[in-house]
Amino acid sequence: MTDLPLLAGLALVVAAATATVLVRDPGRQAFPLALLGLALGVLFLLLQAPDVALSQLAVGCALTPLMVLLTVRKARRRARPRGRADAAPARLRHEEEDRE
Amino acid sequence: MSRGLRRWVLALGLLGTAVLLVLAARGLPAFGGSAHPYGERAVHAALDRHTANTVAAVTFDQRSFDTLGEESILFGAVLGTVVLLRQTRDENRLPPQPARVSPPVRRYALLALPVTLLVGLYIVAHGQLSPGGGFQGGIVVATALHLLYIAVDYRALERIRPIGLYEAADAAGEAAYVLLGAAGLLAGTAFLANVLPYGTLNTLASGGTVPLFNAAIGVEVACGVVVLLARFLDQAVEIVSTDADADADPDADADSDTDADARSHDAAGEEADT
Amino acid sequence: MTVLPYLVAAWLFLIGCYGLATSRDLIHAVGCLAVCQSSTYVLLLAVGYRDGGTAPVFSDIAPGSRPVVDPVVQAMVLTDVVIGATVTALLLALVVQIAKRHGTVDPDELSELRG
Repeated sequence: MTDLPLLAGLALVVAAATATVLVRDPGRQAFPLALLGLALGVLFLLLQAPDVALSQLAVGCALTPLMVLLTVRKARRRARPRGRADAAPARLRHEEEDRE
Repeated sequence: MSRGLRRWVLALGLLGTAVLLVLAARGLPAFGGSAHPYGERAVHAALDRHTANTVAAVTFDQRSFDTLGEESILFGAVLGTVVLLRQTRDENRLPPQPARVSPPVRRYALLALPVTLLVGLYIVAHGQLSPGGGFQGGIVVATALHLLYIAVDYRALERIRPIGLYEAADAAGEAAYVLLGAAGLLAGTAFLANVLPYGTLNTLASGGTVPLFNAAIGVEVACGVVVLLARFLDQAVEIVSTDADADADPDADADSDTDADARSHDAAGEEADT
Repeated sequence: MTVLPYLVAAWLFLIGCYGLATSRDLIHAVGCLAVCQSSTYVLLLAVGYRDGGTAPVFSDIAPGSRPVVDPVVQAMVLTDVVIGATVTALLLALVVQIAKRHGTVDPDELSELRG
């Protein structure tokens, strides 16, 4: 019975991690990723590691998802003209010439 | 390799790894067991040096050389990100637009900012006593500064964030750690040795060099994270490539332009208030 | 319960690897790598745990009055968490660069580009 919080924490981590992998859209993935950070923080607290929980909460809930979202925004901005005709191949050719 | 074949290879590999991991787990000491030879010795050594938070003692005293390696990775990663995300020749910088923030969000964020900043500094300063230290506190401080982006807008954040200064401070934090380690050599013992008097257990000035190492790491982590986020935010908010600029995000541009006209005097007025 | 946390760590590692290998988007792959990383945290902290132990901080308990969990593994995980975040940042910066150069973040399309 004393193990119950620990079991719940482990279950939460497993669920959040599985969701992080199975959500394929990176913009949406940021949310299970933040949830995983929170779940790990709680689990570490239950494992009597407050130091680690503190750094995991700050990193996992705020820093990593924020950077993922910013990258998504940047990459989407770049990738969008690709759907249009032949914009991307043209740019690629151009860059290859530059490199040579 | 075809997609189907790749799936089979992956399934085989994962299955094999799973079997090995389960076998290994059965060979590990049982979870919750009471035999922790290293842990007991580490606790003993930490209390010998009057450091109440034994985790800080392990990080910055007993294993401080390992921490030097870790923070060098951190420094290298920040440096690499700065180089990778710099503005290239074919990119332009758009001045960020003022943004409307709903008053409750603004009030809450401006209230939370100084509190979070103080908590972060507290966590760094009390690393040798209570859970916390330079790594955790540094991130809290860096995140606190970004509440200004939520509370006001990107221009306000840029005003309190001279990147050059933070980059220099990041390097200074790394250098301070090495120099503190070299102090051990000057004192005639070893590199990174704990040379200061240990003080009284459970007071702010206990643990010898542990609080100083904590402060150095705190500066490095806080400035490193600020620089990292600044580079990502610059890329996401300000920097646009010239060739994709015209058609890359018509909706986003149109959106911010029309809004900017409506808001500019509004935002200026609000700034005067804050 | 004696091996369950270790099995959770193994599951995190395997599901992360599965995500990495089947990912169609490099940003998603970086997220999966973060899942893989978290498996090491769970494993290390599980090894250091002891039943009835408390956190290894003596600011509010007298030394020797209660058993404490292993601080060595906690110190390792603590630094690893922060380093992991900066390495994630470095990988995401690489993804931004790839998106700029090739206009796509799909690893399959990228290997086709290479020929």
